[in-house]
Amino acid sequence: MSVLFFYVFAALAIAGALGMVLNTRNTVAAALSLVVTMVALGGVYVLLGAYLIGALQVMVYAGAILVLFLFVVMLLNLRREEFSPQRQLPTKIAAAVIGLLFLLQFLRLIDGAFGAPAAIPADFGGYRQVGTALFTDYVLAFEATSLLLLAAMVGAVILAKRRID
Amino acid sequence: MVPIEHAIALSGILFTIGTVGAIARRNLIVVLMSIELMLNAVNLALVAFSRLWGNLDGQIFVLMVIVVAAAEVAVGLGIVISLFRNRESMNVEDVSLLKW
Repeated sequence: MSVLFFYVFAALAIAGALGMVLNTRNTVAAALSLVVTMVALGGVYVLLGAYLIGALQVMVYAGAILVLFLFVVMLLNLRREEFSPQRQLPTKIAAAVIGLLFLLQFLRLIDGAFGAPAAIPADFGGYRQVGTALFTDYVLAFEATSLLLLAAMVGAVILAKRRID
Repeated sequence: MVPIEHAIALSGILFTIGTVGAIARRNLIVVLMSIELMLNAVNLALVAFSRLWGNLDGQIFVLMVIVVAAAEVAVGLGIVISLFRNRESMNVEDVSLLKW
């Protein structure tokens, strides 16, 4: 049953990603199809046993980051901008070749390269286990992210200010 | 039980789509969104390997990647807004002053 859900979520994620990249007319629609991808990936995380990450994926990515994107797209009023789908041919060919190479490399993994997954405790990936690891082994990295977020906040405010003195 | 190989393959497909989008699209905001997609594909690979080996470290890394992605989006969109204010354009080819 969970395998069926995995393929449904995977198809949704790929469809949303393709809709984001191939949509050359409407940036708002591109952002909305990226929301579909993010929510579907949250479902995949839950199926893989990462319950806390799945919840955070939906809250932070679909809820905060994509809203930020939509907010900026609507603020800048990009609909009248013209983006012809034609880019120079060399760039397109390079993108297609690089994409094909990547895809072949990744799809080589499909035929059972890993063996069976390890046995895991019942609350693997829940808030208790992840939180314990975060506040014991990784507490230094956790504290460092606060500095990163502070720097990003100050930088964003300075960059988006109307006039830089 | 979800097959781990297929989760990794999904991660690879999403990463490829993100790469192609970041290379081939000209809209600055779509390029940023493609980079977000690539970060998500990496997160999926980390979660899948965390499940494969029953080790929580991968999920901690995913938390860190989410924080870095949030910071990157905030700064990137700040740059986009300031660029749009100065150039009235959202085309990546209009901002190629540093290109060799």
